[in-house]
Amino acid sequence: MINLSEIFQILPLLIIGAGILLSLVLEMYSKQSEKVLPWISVFLFIIAGIYSLFSINETRMIVFHNMLSVGGNTHVFYFIFNIGAALVCLLSIDYIKKYGTYYGEYYILVQSSVLGMMLMAGAKDLLVIFMGLEIMSVSFYVLAGLNRKRLSANEASLKYFLLGAFATGFVVYGIALIYGSAQTTSLEVITAKFSALSTNLLFIVGVLLFLVGFSFKIAAFPFHMWVPDVYQGSPTTIAGLFSTGGKAAAFSSIIITLIAIFSNSAQNVFAPYLAVIATLSMLFGSIVAIAQDNIKRMLAYSSISHAGYLTIGLAAGNQDGVAGIIFYLAAYTFMNLGAFGIVAMIEGEAESNLTISSYAGLSSRKPLLAAMLALFMFSLAGIPPFAGFFGKYYVFIAAIKSDLTWLAIVGVFSSAISVYFYLRIVVLMYFKELSSELTLFESKTGLIAVIISSILVILLGIFPGSILQLITNFM
Amino acid sequence: MLTEFGKIFVFILIAILFVVVALIAAKIIRPARPTHEKLLTYECGENPEGSPWVKFNIRFYVVALIFLIFDVEVVLLIPWALVYQDYGFTGFAVGAIFLLLLGLGMAYEWRKGDLEWDRPHPIPPVLKKSETDSNLKIPKEEIEVV
Repeated sequence: MINLSEIFQILPLLIIGAGILLSLVLEMYSKQSEKVLPWISVFLFIIAGIYSLFSINETRMIVFHNMLSVGGNTHVFYFIFNIGAALVCLLSIDYIKKYGTYYGEYYILVQSSVLGMMLMAGAKDLLVIFMGLEIMSVSFYVLAGLNRKRLSANEASLKYFLLGAFATGFVVYGIALIYGSAQTTSLEVITAKFSALSTNLLFIVGVLLFLVGFSFKIAAFPFHMWVPDVYQGSPTTIAGLFSTGGKAAAFSSIIITLIAIFSNSAQNVFAPYLAVIATLSMLFGSIVAIAQDNIKRMLAYSSISHAGYLTIGLAAGNQDGVAGIIFYLAAYTFMNLGAFGIVAMIEGEAESNLTISSYAGLSSRKPLLAAMLALFMFSLAGIPPFAGFFGKYYVFIAAIKSDLTWLAIVGVFSSAISVYFYLRIVVLMYFKELSSELTLFESKTGLIAVIISSILVILLGIFPGSILQLITNFM
Repeated sequence: MLTEFGKIFVFILIAILFVVVALIAAKIIRPARPTHEKLLTYECGENPEGSPWVKFNIRFYVVALIFLIFDVEVVLLIPWALVYQDYGFTGFAVGAIFLLLLGLGMAYEWRKGDLEWDRPHPIPPVLKKSETDSNLKIPKEEIEVV
């Protein structure tokens, strides 16, 4: 039986779900939908995000026959997804006009992808994770190729769909083997039986397949081939959503599936796999990004290397690792969305102004934009006063506590490499001559979104301790 | 000892064995006297006409789409229809919400014109008077050039 009081425990999900239906009806019957829909989406995302933030402490329970969890870190993730998506919608309002034809499904699909992400972060059952993954991925495949008249968008969509469907197959196979060995898909039961199961070969193979599928979704090294092409071909704002929301959702699913390894690191039999993935992703992403000329491709490779840093936290397998990953994801979401937002504002019609050289002399044309891009680049590179530094710091500390000092050293080494390509843009903006061909588009809403993200990046950098405390309290 | 899945595995094995044994037995027992007629593709007794790999019109995807929506809907509704009375109004409401969601998606497609049978719009060649005139009158300059 359905207990009606349980329904109101999942209010953030209900808000976005109702928003999707409302947006569909509006899109059907209103000619004003192009003007109204973005603001409705932003409003709903902010309501859901703020509600999640303030209900972290109120109720922590598991509802719907052990299917969904409410409260605690689930709501931290809800906050990250919703505020990130609100920023994406704000950035899209002007970008979409520049990008080409308006498609009514744009904001509806952003909303449904966020619904999928929230199901992934709140799941207490492997099948709910899978359902959320599919809702998110299918929305993403369509969003990548929304402008069907543009060849690069078609390429992005097709590549993402084919490889993503393949990766989803790995996830399903993994879930099937986990079910075969544990006789349940409930994560509560799997967590309780974890120490017995971690000696079972079938279970280990199942979890490894599950991790392979999710390594694709987080864009970690051997499964990264789609990332640069998809980010380059899809709309810039949507590429921002792929790299932040999609990655955070995939990490949340890995964390809640393997929550048992974080309480007892002796159970972390997957540490070698995760450590190898982390090392390869960090080094590959940082080294290949140096050679990129297109800023979207550069950010794509930076996204691969950040997947590596985040995986260090999983390999460490302790409570500090989880807290570090969640903090890092929050920091990465805001700094990366800010960077993608500025790229979206600089980008001209028909994919112009995307080369790194078009940023030359930006500081004299647009001092505010240049300053904020510099801030995001410093933060992505991990330079102290900003959020990115503390994300990396917490993850590396977790690795050192688990006797994985070599992994932390590789991480620091890789960060040092990445400083080169992040700061190259800052150097171009401040110390090079003005590039005269640059025609800039004004975008007030985009500017607001970028300012909000820079404020959040600075706030996370100033008060990292108290935010980490908040995350740790609700583990 | 067989688990629940073990039984299914045995079932699959028996199914494969059955087919293989039947085919091999037929191969051994039957007389082999192939004629041209026997080797043709069976098409309801008629002589096959052309290649089976013809191109279908892309418009048929609309039929496939409608079929998919309603087929999945029926599959999901049958279990609900069997038991909803035991759950009273709540059971009914859950099914109604499900139907509402599907109906909304259907309405969206309908309204957006995605269910329209996309007819070809052949534009018959129209001979305008001015064109025919110019076609009939060959300009003198061209004749001179030729």
